[in-house]
Amino acid sequence: MTTTIETSRRRFLVGSALAAGGFALGFHVPFLAGAEAAAETAAELNAWVVIRPDETVVIRIARVEMGQGTLTGLAQLVAEELDCDWSKVTTEYPTPGQNVARNRVWGNFQTAGSRGIRDSQDYVRKGGAAARMMLVQAAADEWGVAASECTAAGGVITHAASSRSTTYGKVAAAAAKLEPPKDIPLKDPKDWKIAGQPLPRLDTAEKLDGRQVYSIDVKLPGMLNAAVRACPVFGGKLKSFDAASVEGMPGVRKVVAVDDTGVAVIADTWWRAKTALDALPVEWDLGPNAGHSSAEFAKVLREGLEADEAFVGSQAGDVRAAVAGAAKVVEAVYGVPHQHHATMEPMNATALFTGDRCEVWTATQNAEAALATASTAAGLPIPQCEVHRLHLGGGFGRRSTSHDFVRQAVLIAKQTPGTPVKLIWSREEDMLHGRYHPVTMCKLTGALDAQGNVVGLHMRISGQSILVSVNPQGLQNGRDPATFQGLNPSGAEGVFGYTIPNLLIDHAMRNPPVPPGFWRGVNNNQNALYLESFVDEMAHAAGHDALEFRRRMLVNHPKHLAVLDAVAEAGGWGKPAAEGVFRGLAQHMGFGSYVAACAEVSVSREGKLKIHRIVAATDCGHVVNPQQVRAQIEGSFAYGLSAALFGEITVKDGKVEQENFDSYPVMLMEDMPAVESIVMPSGEFWGGVGEPTIFVAAPAVLNAIFAATGKRIRTLPLSKANLRSA
Amino acid sequence: MTRLTVNGTEHDIDVDGDTPLLWVVREQLGLTGTKFGCGIGQCGACTVHVDGAAVRSCALPVSAIEAEQKIVTIEGLSPDLSHPIQKAWLALDVPQCGYCQSGQIMAAAALLRETPKPTDEDINAGMQNICRCGTYNRIRAAIKLAAESPQAQRG
Ligand code: FES
Ligand code: FES
Repeated sequence: MTTTIETSRRRFLVGSALAAGGFALGFHVPFLAGAEAAAETAAELNAWVVIRPDETVVIRIARVEMGQGTLTGLAQLVAEELDCDWSKVTTEYPTPGQNVARNRVWGNFQTAGSRGIRDSQDYVRKGGAAARMMLVQAAADEWGVAASECTAAGGVITHAASSRSTTYGKVAAAAAKLEPPKDIPLKDPKDWKIAGQPLPRLDTAEKLDGRQVYSIDVKLPGMLNAAVRACPVFGGKLKSFDAASVEGMPGVRKVVAVDDTGVAVIADTWWRAKTALDALPVEWDLGPNAGHSSAEFAKVLREGLEADEAFVGSQAGDVRAAVAGAAKVVEAVYGVPHQHHATMEPMNATALFTGDRCEVWTATQNAEAALATASTAAGLPIPQCEVHRLHLGGGFGRRSTSHDFVRQAVLIAKQTPGTPVKLIWSREEDMLHGRYHPVTMCKLTGALDAQGNVVGLHMRISGQSILVSVNPQGLQNGRDPATFQGLNPSGAEGVFGYTIPNLLIDHAMRNPPVPPGFWRGVNNNQNALYLESFVDEMAHAAGHDALEFRRRMLVNHPKHLAVLDAVAEAGGWGKPAAEGVFRGLAQHMGFGSYVAACAEVSVSREGKLKIHRIVAATDCGHVVNPQQVRAQIEGSFAYGLSAALFGEITVKDGKVEQENFDSYPVMLMEDMPAVESIVMPSGEFWGGVGEPTIFVAAPAVLNAIFAATGKRIRTLPLSKANLRSA
Repeated sequence: MTRLTVNGTEHDIDVDGDTPLLWVVREQLGLTGTKFGCGIGQCGACTVHVDGAAVRSCALPVSAIEAEQKIVTIEGLSPDLSHPIQKAWLALDVPQCGYCQSGQIMAAAALLRETPKPTDEDINAGMQNICRCGTYNRIRAAIKLAAESPQAQRG
C-alpha cells in the first residue's frame, strides 16, 4: 500500500471521525491520539458491539442511513438486548471490504425494499444479546459467582447477593476473550425499554450546523475534481471531443474519455471542471435509441393492454366468463409515467487509484455492489479495493442497484494514478441519467352482479419490467414477479387483500429503452393506484359506499381491513366534512406492512386542488421507533404526492426532456397536507416502514378528487389534469 | 483577488469572478455545510445569508458581492447550535437525510428575522426550499416553535 493512500485515508478520517463521533474500524489513525488510544483498548465483543474503557458503546451498522432512521433504529435494537446506557451509544459503518475479509460477518449491506430493520432485526438483536451475556459472564468470572445470579442494566452489572457491581467498560476486555454463547434468547418485545421508544435520532445534531460529511463533501489531500457528461441519449456513445479547446481554461488539468460512453474534465475545483465541460465540443454517436419518444412508448403500452399473451401474476376462477355474464361491466385504463428519484444530493463519488489499489468514498445503498463495481472498473480483485460509506443525501432506490457514478469515478481516477478525484454530477447529468420509475398502463375490467358485488376482476398491466434490466436472474421464465407487488395471492411482500371469485392479474411486458430502477415504493405505487382507484369506480358504479364496498371484499384479510377501518374512523368517513372538503380512501399491503389512508381535498371552481389532511394507518408488526415511523409516513406522502401532483419524465429523440427542478417540479411546503398517523403494530411480524405509505398516497387523493369533482383522473401527473368545474 | 467576509472573517480569495458564491464557500473556503442541489436557484439547498437576507448562493457570482457585505453560512449561524431555529430543529428531530437542512435552516432563520410570528401563509411563501425526504410538516412546526422563543429575532 502506498503512502498516498495512507495519508489520504488518515486525513479523510479526521473529518468523518469528528463528524460521526466514531472512526472506521481496522484503520489506524496515528496522529489522532485520542481516537487511536481508544481504538487500541476498545474491546470488540462481536461484529456488532465494541465497548471502550470509557463506557462508550460502539454499535456497528451494516445498513446505511439515508434519512429513513435506520441508523437509530438498528442501534436501538442492539442496545435493547445489550442493556447498555443509551446515552453512551455511538455508531459506525463497517466497510464492504471488511465484510468480505470477515466472511460476511455483517450479512447484507443492501438498504432497500424497506428491509433495513425487518431483514436484520434478528441477527443484530442476537449480536446485542450475545455481547451482554459475555459481559455478564466476565463479571461473574471475576467475582467467582454464577452468571445467572448477576443482572445487567444500563451498562452496569450487579451481583445483588454480594452487593457488587461493575460496568461494561471495565469487563469488556475480559468478555471479548470468552467464547460467544450458542443459545441466545431474545427479549419479548413487550419488555423492551430502548427499542419501541420514540427516541431522538442519533444523527440530528450534525445535520443542523453543517458538520455532517456527505459523500459530496469528501476532501482528500491533493484531490482534483471532475465533471462528467455521458451521451444524453440512452445507449449512445462518445465519438470525439476537442480537448485542446478547453485545456487552457483556468484550473483544467485533463480532459478524459470515460470509456466509450462519456467525457470528463478534471480540474482543481469542480466549478472550473464544470465550466470547461460546458464549453467542451463533444460529438456523440447517438445510437439506435435516438428516435424514441414517450408518445411512441405509450402506443406500445396501449397495444400491450389488448395483447393475447401476458405473464400471469394471480388467477382464480374464470374472469372472462364472469365478465360475459355480469349484470354490469366497468372498464377503465390508467397510466403512470416515468419518474425520477431526484435525491437532493446528486450522484457523486471520490476515487483514488494507485495501480495496485482502488478506494472509493461514496453514498450507496449497497456498498457491496459498489465495491464490485469499483473492482470491475479498476480491473483489480476485490481484496485490493475498498468502499467507504457516508450518510446519503437521499437514496430512494437510485443508489441501490446501479453504481454508474462509482464506475465513472474509478475510470476517471485511473487516468490520474495516485491522485484522488471527486466526481460530482450536475443536476442536469443526474436527471438525464437516472434509473427511472418504470412506465406502465393498466386496463381494469370489473364484473358486478345485480346486487353490486364484484364477481370478476381483470387487471391487465402493460409496461416496463425493472428486473429485466437490473436483476435478470430474478425473472421466472421471463416473468417479472416484482411487477405484481401488492397483488400477490400470498407472501410477505404484498398480498392482494380483496376476495374476488374470478380474478386475473397479468402483465404484458413492454420495455422501452429507458433504464428502469427501484424507486421508493417500486411497483406497489402504480399497482395500488390502479387497484384502489378502480375499486372506487366499481363502488360508484354499484352505488355503494366506498368503505363498505371494500370492507365486504376484505373479510378474509383482517389486517388489511383493520388499517382501513382505522383511517375511516379517524378520518371521519361517513360524517360530514368541512364545507367544500371531500374524502377518499385507499388501502394496500407491501414490503411486509399494511397501510391505509383517508385523504381530504377541496377543488376550487378554477380547478385548484388543495390536499388538506391525510389520516394514515400503518401496521408494521413491530415498531422500533414510533416517531421515526411517523416521520417515514410523512415523508412517504411527500414523495408519493410529489409524483402524483407533478412527477413526469418524458423522452424525446431518445433523451430525457426534464433537466432540472424547473422542468421537473417537486412538492414544496405549500403543497404538503397535514398528516395524522396511526401507528398500530399488531405484533408477530416485521414489516417495513420507509415506503409502504407511498402506495396509498395517490389513490386516496384521486378518490377524494372524484368525490369533489366527479372527475376520475386516470393519468398522472395531476398538474396536467383539468379539474375546473364544467 | 476577491475579498469576502464570511462568518465574521475576511478572506482574500483568488477566484474567477463569475464563480458562484456556493462553490467559493465549498471549495475555496472548505465550508461544505452549504449544499449543491440544482445550481439554478430552484431548490434552496445552497441558501446562505448575505446581510441577513436568505440568498441562493449557487446563483450569485462572487463578483456581485462587496467585501463589506456579511455572508453567513450554516457553520456561522451559531457556534453551538444555540440559534432558536437550530434548537427547534433539534427538539422536533426535523432532519431525515439532512441534505436540504442547511438551506432550510438558513431560510427559516431569515424568515423569522423578517417575520417574527409567521402565519402558515408566511411560512409557505418564505420556505420555498425543496426537501425530497418530506420533512415539511416538521419544518413548519419547528418554525412555529422557534417563533415562541424569546431570542427568535436574532440573526
Ligand atoms: S443549489 Fe442553489 S438553489 Fe439549488
Ligand atoms: S431531509 Fe432529506 S432532502 Fe430534506
